[in-house]
Amino acid sequence: MDFATSFALITPELILTAAGLVLLLVTAWGGDKAAKGITYAAALTFFAAGLTLVPGLHSGAVGPETLAFGGLLKIDSFALFSKALIYLAAIGCLLVAPSFFNSEAAGTEQGMRAEYSVLVLFAALGMSVMVSANDFMSLYLGLELNSLAAYVLASILRADTRSAEAGLKYFVLGALASGILLYGISLLYGFTGGTDFAGVRAGLTGELGTGALFGLIFVMAGLAFKIAAVPFHMWTPDVYEGAPTPVTAFFATAPKVAAVALTARVVFEVFGAQVEAWQQIVMFTALASIVFGALGAIGQENLKRLLAYSSINNIGFILLGLAVANEAGAASMLIYLFIYVAMSLGSFTALLMLRSDSGDLYETFGDISGLAVTRPAIAWGLLLLMFSLAGIPPLLGFYSKFVVFQATVEAGLVAFAAIAIAASVIGAFYYIKFVKVMFFDEPTDLVTGKSGTAHWAILFLTAAIISPLGYLLTPSLSDLAGKAAGALFLVP
Amino acid sequence: MIATLATFGLGVMLWSGYEIGGAQWQFTERAELVAGFSYALGIDGIALLLIMLSVFLMPICILASWGAITKRVGEYMAAFLFMETLMIGTFAAQDIFLFYVFFEAGLIPMYLIIGVWGGDNRIYASYKFFLYTLFGSVLMLIAMFWMVAKADTSDIPTLMQYDFPAGAQTWLWLAFFASFAVKVPMWPFHTWLPDAHVQAPTAGSVILAGVLLKLGGYGFLRFSLPMFPQASADFAWLVFALSMVAVVYTSLVALVQHDMKKLIAYSSVAHMAIVTVGLFSFNVQGLEGSMIIMLSHGLVSGALFLCVGVIYDRLHTREIDRYGALSNNMPYYALFFLLFTMASIGLPGTSGFVGEFLSLAGIYQVSTTVALICTTGIILGAAYMLYLYRRVAFGPEKNEDAQAMVDITPREWAMMVPIAAVVMWMGVYPESFLAPMRADIAVLDARIASATPASDSQLVVGKPKAEAANVVPYVESHTEEGAH
Repeated sequence: MDFATSFALITPELILTAAGLVLLLVTAWGGDKAAKGITYAAALTFFAAGLTLVPGLHSGAVGPETLAFGGLLKIDSFALFSKALIYLAAIGCLLVAPSFFNSEAAGTEQGMRAEYSVLVLFAALGMSVMVSANDFMSLYLGLELNSLAAYVLASILRADTRSAEAGLKYFVLGALASGILLYGISLLYGFTGGTDFAGVRAGLTGELGTGALFGLIFVMAGLAFKIAAVPFHMWTPDVYEGAPTPVTAFFATAPKVAAVALTARVVFEVFGAQVEAWQQIVMFTALASIVFGALGAIGQENLKRLLAYSSINNIGFILLGLAVANEAGAASMLIYLFIYVAMSLGSFTALLMLRSDSGDLYETFGDISGLAVTRPAIAWGLLLLMFSLAGIPPLLGFYSKFVVFQATVEAGLVAFAAIAIAASVIGAFYYIKFVKVMFFDEPTDLVTGKSGTAHWAILFLTAAIISPLGYLLTPSLSDLAGKAAGALFLVP
Repeated sequence: MIATLATFGLGVMLWSGYEIGGAQWQFTERAELVAGFSYALGIDGIALLLIMLSVFLMPICILASWGAITKRVGEYMAAFLFMETLMIGTFAAQDIFLFYVFFEAGLIPMYLIIGVWGGDNRIYASYKFFLYTLFGSVLMLIAMFWMVAKADTSDIPTLMQYDFPAGAQTWLWLAFFASFAVKVPMWPFHTWLPDAHVQAPTAGSVILAGVLLKLGGYGFLRFSLPMFPQASADFAWLVFALSMVAVVYTSLVALVQHDMKKLIAYSSVAHMAIVTVGLFSFNVQGLEGSMIIMLSHGLVSGALFLCVGVIYDRLHTREIDRYGALSNNMPYYALFFLLFTMASIGLPGTSGFVGEFLSLAGIYQVSTTVALICTTGIILGAAYMLYLYRRVAFGPEKNEDAQAMVDITPREWAMMVPIAAVVMWMGVYPESFLAPMRADIAVLDARIASATPASDSQLVVGKPKAEAANVVPYVESHTEEGAH
């Protein structure tokens, strides 16, 4: 395989890299005045990079011609699907940022910091590498590029102690998780003699030795941290609460997609021969995430913390699809991811719209009481999003749970599905609390600030996607997800 | 208002267009909109009648809310129209997942109706309603997945003919039972109902009692019985036992209520218990009787809630003691109230009688004891309803403000008269309601009879053998019935 073909395969990454470097220079000379322009340029870059994915996504790229750089990267349709989702999420998080940062309440006297968009670009580049990794080295490279950019993003409001605290927490715990992951990789390397996925897989056939088992467990633990699954979820509420809301929206969407996709690839392509070994781990993690995500959210008063627990809960359902360990399960997981991204993006955008005239953000239940009277449009948008997150039909959130549970039951894991679905009723409690506060309580008339066009556009778009209209998307979505999941199961 | 009347007009056309004795499923349409299940609609006689009930009650609900709802009227009406869509969808769904979508989606508008426009304790009631019903139905969803994976189709008519293995039927039946028993509601899963009824606005109560409770009965009729006939036969004792407790217990509870809406809510539980017993009697009389009770109860308890609403709008209290001797100053109101009270008791000539007589006749063929106990429910029903009526309409003139209330307005006439007319019609000539569903009930009966063990005495669980001998061999009779 020559370099030209390899480079052709990574066109989107090249676009992101080039744009990231150029915009970094613009930042250096233009300063924060250029922030808005840089944001839109970055969003356009993502759009352009996304466009290059379309042909491959459509035709369903699989096989040896998807390997780049001697097998370091694998640009199959699974990677393409995940990348498309990551770019979409990143565009959303870029567009909502300017009007958030350009207010005094955000603690940025000088307005938005231009680095924000550049960091998002680099983080997304790291994620691109993660989802197409076919070797533990490229996996770690992508993961760290993503994580380092993310640590900075979390603490981008330097003057704000909460933001700084979030960044520090994320960094310390993230570094620990990276260490665990790396240790697992080294164990696997020691026991199988390779770092490429195919080589490790070949070394893991038959009886699983203790050393390799430890390697597997360490790798799984490191990945579980990145996707914020129980029992490695402790950082999530703090980081989500402390980070600026656009950054939280970003954390809740794009890196989740990347980490879940990475986990799926690792368990199927590397540990594909050891399903019994990891299936129970994933099952436990999934159930524990669903239950703890639901229980933890009940007492929360801060909306961002609540959504953090909600994302843990959702990750549980996504892992449920993974635990099924077959093609239908992986496809359902991807469909769930897509719908989850739309719902999270919408919810966090709605939170961004809750502000006073002077731009102060409101983040607690007390502040949004009676929102249906004072700001009906936001309230109805949030109503749709919350019922959708609770999985109530006819909203699209029901469809995501529908596919996951269908895959679970068809694989014969009926008891498992029954426990998970019963726990989802606990989750419904706090989602409908949102609705109760907004619709049933007395209005407080705090939320008076105007919202930017981008916010309205994203809220409207996500609400439209999760409304019953979204079902019109499902045939093409399940077609694409089916192709992408199929790519995972080609390894002999 | 106009929209609901237009829908009602369409409903009438639907009924006149429905060919009795034609194909089992009519007006079908199917579109593959969604990956995983299809958007398939179609109705049979059973669904037709329940759809008619929904579209008939809806304009009346809107009328009832005309003056009572003053805040956020637009949203209120939107919620009701959304509700109507979903109810019709539930009865017409031909795909099991589509049924679930419509069935569950009703939670959203109803949660809002109770929570936004409800009474003082509305938040508690709306939570309880939402979580209770949601928990019931998610297990049903798991069962549906299993069935569809097994039978490889999500088409309801096909599933109704599919024989699931006997061992699995038990679990599937229990999962469906969890959902429908909450919805009906059966004792002891009924506790959400009094709360929801009391706190909901009048029109919300009417819809809740009139149509939403029927979803449970419809579910038993459409899913539990034809899809799991064996398990239904095995668990009939459970249904009988719970229903017997419900009939007696909730009637006694109703007797001591001070709140009118609560009293009617408990009476709903008692009536629906007779419905469930009739459904599980496994014969044509029982099934037809249950259907008629469901229709009749939808009208009568809806009308009773409207009656409560009429005086609530004037005095803003549901305390029975705050009223009295209303027959003096509100004679027409008292007349309608009396009519619906009698219909609720089951006086011959009203719709209540037909249904209760038919279903008790059906039950009697299965178990005399069950029939006996259910009949005491009717006596108790007469007791609490007449007691209520006496306290509200007769007695000494003890409350001056109650005596100052004016009689019903033309708008309220417009709500009462149509229901009263249909109640009488159903009581005097039930054939027009029995005819559309006869063929479908016969199909259903043939389906469950084929799977039911020949000796029906096994349904009489915990009874001495001697009583089982009371079971009339009725196998010939119901084939005749089906041939009509």
